[in-house]
Amino acid sequence: MRTRFVEMAVGLFLVAGLAALFFLAIKVSGLSDESSKPSYQVYASFQNAGGLTVRAKVTMAGVVIGRVTDISLDPKTLKAKVRLDVYNEVREISTDSVASILTAGLLGEKYIGIVPGADDTYLKNGDEIEQTQSALVLEDLIGKFLFNKANEPDKEAK
Amino acid sequence: MTDSSSAQPANLVEIHNLVFHRGKRAIFDGVSVNVARGKVTAIMGPSGCGKTTLLRFIGGQLRPDSGRVLVEGRNVPDMKRDELFATRARMGLLFQSGALFTDLSVYENVAFPLREHTRLSEDLIRELVLMKLEAVGLRGAENLMPAELSGGMNRRAALARAIALDPALIMYDEPFAGQDPIVMGVLVTLIRTLREALGLTSVIVSHDIDETLSIADYIYVLADGKVIGEGTPDALRASESPFIQQFLNGHPDGPVRFRYPVPSFAEELAAAKLKAGGRN
Amino acid sequence: MEAIRRLGEAALESLRTLGSAGTFLFQALIALPNPRKNFPLLIQQLYSVGVLSLAIIVVAGLFIGMVLGLQGYSILVTYGSEQALGTMVALTLVRELGPVVTALLFAGRAGSALTAEIGLMKATEQLSSMEMIGVDPLRRIVAPRFWAGFISMPLLALIFSAVGILGGHLVGVDWLGIYDGSYWMNMQGSVEFWDDVGNGVIKSVVFGAVVSWIAVFQGYDCEPTSEGISRATTRTVVYGSLAVLGLDFVLTAVMFGGF
Repeated sequence: MRTRFVEMAVGLFLVAGLAALFFLAIKVSGLSDESSKPSYQVYASFQNAGGLTVRAKVTMAGVVIGRVTDISLDPKTLKAKVRLDVYNEVREISTDSVASILTAGLLGEKYIGIVPGADDTYLKNGDEIEQTQSALVLEDLIGKFLFNKANEPDKEAK
Repeated sequence: MTDSSSAQPANLVEIHNLVFHRGKRAIFDGVSVNVARGKVTAIMGPSGCGKTTLLRFIGGQLRPDSGRVLVEGRNVPDMKRDELFATRARMGLLFQSGALFTDLSVYENVAFPLREHTRLSEDLIRELVLMKLEAVGLRGAENLMPAELSGGMNRRAALARAIALDPALIMYDEPFAGQDPIVMGVLVTLIRTLREALGLTSVIVSHDIDETLSIADYIYVLADGKVIGEGTPDALRASESPFIQQFLNGHPDGPVRFRYPVPSFAEELAAAKLKAGGRN
Repeated sequence: MEAIRRLGEAALESLRTLGSAGTFLFQALIALPNPRKNFPLLIQQLYSVGVLSLAIIVVAGLFIGMVLGLQGYSILVTYGSEQALGTMVALTLVRELGPVVTALLFAGRAGSALTAEIGLMKATEQLSSMEMIGVDPLRRIVAPRFWAGFISMPLLALIFSAVGILGGHLVGVDWLGIYDGSYWMNMQGSVEFWDDVGNGVIKSVVFGAVVSWIAVFQGYDCEPTSEGISRATTRTVVYGSLAVLGLDFVLTAVMFGGF
């Protein structure tokens, strides 16, 4: 029956469209149930958040252990206050760990890498990571480099 | 056979002083037409006088600038959606081109108004469709598509669709235009039969003199947006108006001029010569 | 002076047309849908508008994906970044080419068909006779076609992007030797579902609405002659394409331009 064929064809069309959507979701954008992973919150203050964005990865030893969920300016300290959601399964981050803003690759996006410390006490929900390393801003690096270069001949002369 | 009770007006359709402009042109400038119940009323006139447009007012597809269009005593332009829907079920319109829905079979075309306006079961609809097709002589052709029909069959199928709901009024838009004599004969017979058997009121818009005069009970002649003549066929034939005589007899020249309105050719040649002479 | 007057006249005429196009759409769509009658119509239209466009969309998607693979590789390899091919192909398709090219192809194939169909129905008085039977052609003929276009477009764009990414894979991994793993891993790292795929879907929904609207309006509003219909069909393709490209710029600036 003509109508039966038409209905089936439209059904297949809709299925194909949804399949494409799923394909794009899973295989292409790697959507996973990250958002529903239970996590606790930890804060860190940086001199310069330079290019870090919300939803950036939080890693330790190169493994993703959480996401950045908020970046705001602390009105009192005038530093960047960053909130990190760390997965519950990562329970033992010592309180003297260092959080640094790193760049993935030469031109890649910014993410936070945590290097564990030696303390026995561990971070709990709401705690703050004391030791932080701000993002490296390119202009400052160049400025430093030029400054050093400019000083060298003086040293040799002396 | 209908008793003329006070509830039913004698005229199924009355148009009072219709005025309608398109742009600056006055298509209708105070036209009044009465369509008597149970009779065949014809609207005639030269091409482009707006005859077909008149049918659109009756069906509520156009609104007049002023004037009233009464169908069974109710003014059509004032009608709300629901009332217009019900009124349209009481009338059928046979378009010049048939206007069958090309993606539906003949059966589906005739069933269309039935499905829209009634909740009859499929069996009953089938009965009705076949009856209508039988009335126009097309029973057996119900599964054909409009593209497969000849011109005459096309018109007849469209007529079957127009009478599907047993309307009180049928309007024919140029039914005889461009048809071969046999088809014309068939249509004339059908129109007559429908009037006699079903008491249908008919309005025919046409400029085919012979056919129309042979079946019309009353005729209106339109020109320049006005009714310039009306009457029974005999009365019109005997009319002394030069325009009506020109129209009825098909004289090329008369009140409707043959030539486009410019100065006569002789005058133009003389003027051109004068101009050329002046330059030398 | 005359030129200025004509310009003003043309502008007013365009505004008037836009206004009537808006009223037209409003009247066609505000109707409460009558599921028993209108659903089969919608299915039929989804078939002729969506399913029948699949062929051209899939073929075009495949070729464009493969070309992206080739061109992308040749550019990236000069920076030693050819492993980023997956990212490049996916983002280009999902954010831009998927919605835009699908919309352009749709305007040309399905849009012009819709215009011609409705225009022909107008010229043969089918719309008029439908009205006389008491059925509103805006609801019976125009609305299902509009909704079919509106629903089909995002689906077609998704299929286009998916096929294109597979085409890029075919060229990049199977022919040019990029690692299968890096094609997908890099892609997954840089394509955000809501930001990229989601915005692409929003784009194609907007395009679907605009192109379908233009197509059905041009058909409904055309001169009921054969030249009128052919002019209307051309207008659908031209206006539809220009609208898509213009809106694409606006949407891209809004979605991806906030640096």
